[in-house]
Amino acid sequence: MALTGVQIFKLLPKTNCKKCGFPTCLAFSMQLAQRKVSVEKCPDISEDAKKQLGEASAPPIRPIKLGSGDSAVSMGEETVLFRHDKKFVNPCVLSVAIKDTEDEAAIAKKIDDVLHSEIDRVGQHLKVDAITIMNESNDAGRFEGLAKVVAAKAPAVPVIVCSENVDSAKAAIAHFKGKGSLLYGATASNMEAMAALAKDAGASLGIKANGLDELSDLTEKAKGFGVEDLVMDSGARKGKEIIEHNTYIRRAAIKKGNKSVGYPVINFVMRDNEYLETMLAGLGISKYSSIVVLSSVDKWKNLVMFTFRQNIYTDPQVPMQVQQNVYEIGTPTQDSPLIVTTNFSLTYFIVAGEIENSKVPTWLAIMDCEGLSVLTAWAAGKFTAGKIANFIKESGVESKIGKKELIIPGYVAILSGALEEKLEGWKIIVGPREANQIPAYLKSL
Amino acid sequence: MSFTPPKEVYNGKVYTVTISKGAKAVTFGGENVLPFHSFEGEFVNKPVIAYEIQDIAPSEWPEQLRQVYAAVGDDTVKWAKYVQDELKAEAIALRLQGTHPDSGNRSADDAAKTVKAVLDNIDVPLIILGSNNVEKDAEVLVKVSEVAKDNPCIIGKAQEDNYKTIAAAAMANKHKLIAMSELDINLSKQLNIMLTQMGFDKEKIIIDPMCSALGYGIEYTYTVMERIRLAALMQNDTTMQQPIVGDVGMYVWKIKEVQASEDILPHWGALTPRGIAWEAQTACALTMAGAGLLIMRHPEAVKAVNAFLDEMM
Ligand code: SF4
Repeated sequence: MALTGVQIFKLLPKTNCKKCGFPTCLAFSMQLAQRKVSVEKCPDISEDAKKQLGEASAPPIRPIKLGSGDSAVSMGEETVLFRHDKKFVNPCVLSVAIKDTEDEAAIAKKIDDVLHSEIDRVGQHLKVDAITIMNESNDAGRFEGLAKVVAAKAPAVPVIVCSENVDSAKAAIAHFKGKGSLLYGATASNMEAMAALAKDAGASLGIKANGLDELSDLTEKAKGFGVEDLVMDSGARKGKEIIEHNTYIRRAAIKKGNKSVGYPVINFVMRDNEYLETMLAGLGISKYSSIVVLSSVDKWKNLVMFTFRQNIYTDPQVPMQVQQNVYEIGTPTQDSPLIVTTNFSLTYFIVAGEIENSKVPTWLAIMDCEGLSVLTAWAAGKFTAGKIANFIKESGVESKIGKKELIIPGYVAILSGALEEKLEGWKIIVGPREANQIPAYLKSL
Repeated sequence: MSFTPPKEVYNGKVYTVTISKGAKAVTFGGENVLPFHSFEGEFVNKPVIAYEIQDIAPSEWPEQLRQVYAAVGDDTVKWAKYVQDELKAEAIALRLQGTHPDSGNRSADDAAKTVKAVLDNIDVPLIILGSNNVEKDAEVLVKVSEVAKDNPCIIGKAQEDNYKTIAAAAMANKHKLIAMSELDINLSKQLNIMLTQMGFDKEKIIIDPMCSALGYGIEYTYTVMERIRLAALMQNDTTMQQPIVGDVGMYVWKIKEVQASEDILPHWGALTPRGIAWEAQTACALTMAGAGLLIMRHPEAVKAVNAFLDEMM
């Protein structure tokens, strides 16, 4: 569990030599307690003290990577239960399950779905992160066959290899050596062999338990066999159990410093009802899963899951406003239109999104109105002709565009006359009222 | 090594709200733990879903949703009976959209007639909503409160600028009241305090911290709801212990994701399931944050949410 400043102070040399850049050892220890500096800054600390500090300062949920290279995804490292306390760190991994009993066409389609899943949404690239291969047949040859297909067709995609059968696991994981895969299916009866396979393949190990008691036993056992990169399945399958287990695990790790459950969680949420499966993925996203495994990844479903994941993992401490600036949407040129609106973050996201959808490159001038929407800002006297004119003049956008034309939101059409007076030489154009009319409007220009 | 489940100690409880129409009633709220945490306390009332209907034809609703109500949308009473009898609605939310100055500007008397006709023809509980025009709602909701006085309903929404009139009417006619503020826990608390100061029973308030759709600010609604629930349960803040409503449908069924066809945006996938899942995910997210009452539009989305709730209870 994290040490307090005073506890850390007791481990320091107490010479106040200032080499760390702080006036006293106590000041340094306070910074250490808040994880604002690295212990390395003190050159005189003893090895033993360093070790104690290292153990104590390890994050409550172990950071683990899935995959390798550019497509690797990070898991763990969470520090809170509620997003208003602090940003959730590593977005839940979305993975599609492929069973070795599925036919060739179905397998090919799922791989294809993953490879073509990427969507851009408000500036982020979102995609299905991983493929989970499942040894439904319990046959090693068949499972290896599936592993080969996946390794060949989707060499860059992180893979989760699922089997409790050691022979199957061995045959399949051999195709993902050094790729940072997850070997899932370690139980009380196969732990030693699975741990050895994971170590050999450079994979993390997925524990499959029957309840929380067994789970914390098994993680300790795995550690005993020298594997520390673990991912946990408590055995919860129904929504009701998932929220119970995931909540207990997160609380135990973060609030009680229980290291035996300080690892990322994997939840299997496959359902025949696709809507229900999507909603359960949503449960995983908001309630502490690091990986959810799905039965299919249709595009509509992905868009829902990606969007929800993006929303839940945004930083709640960033105020609901964006910075005043002239933003480039697409790659605008001299001839591209210029739109002005306020800096309420939702206004920005919606307007920018609609401009993106229109595929018409545009200059988007976002004016600081203290995070108010257009009508509210106008009513509050923050989005007035005088202020808009000043903003446009000072923004320097004039040098970037050919024609001096400014599009204002339809809701403040009333400002166009006054604005033309204040912005000499400019033509003011009244744009649409609602953002969803923007694409049609831009295309008609 | 055995695992000791770290149970949370809660200090407060959410008020239970029941609305009934004759023999039929729905109950929500009443929990003394976070949403779906029945493993450490009481979470017995499954969140209730009310079907939204309107006093005017839903011409502004997207095509795929209009289709669902094509045969009944131009007759409010038919529409109400359809959601009750065919869709098995547990409750109905009648939105008096037609009273809005921009949507026909129907008079308070006309609205009252519609409310009366609906009440005379249904036997599930009713929620009566204004058009979200602060001045007009004050006028309309006073009238409809009176005509509905023999059938206690939920009426709303009372906001900072019109709560006095609306709350007085609700009080006089024994209705429960939705109190809406804009995405801020302090504003929500303040409105609840002002309502109770004028004598409104705090156990008859339902909090609406303002909804937002998935992709369009749902994280703000989610977090405000979560914080309201934490204040009620952990800090035993008695001004925040009312159940919460998520007015989901009207925020979802206007955005691009539920309207743009797959031809235009192939990477977004099929429109029909996308729209349904969008409404359902918005609703489910809010139940996880603390909503006990949902107002929704698409029957398939309602089904999906119920399937989710069944797994969670
Ligand atoms: S460098 Fe180490 S010993 Fe010197 S003041 Fe800093 S903490 Fe103390």
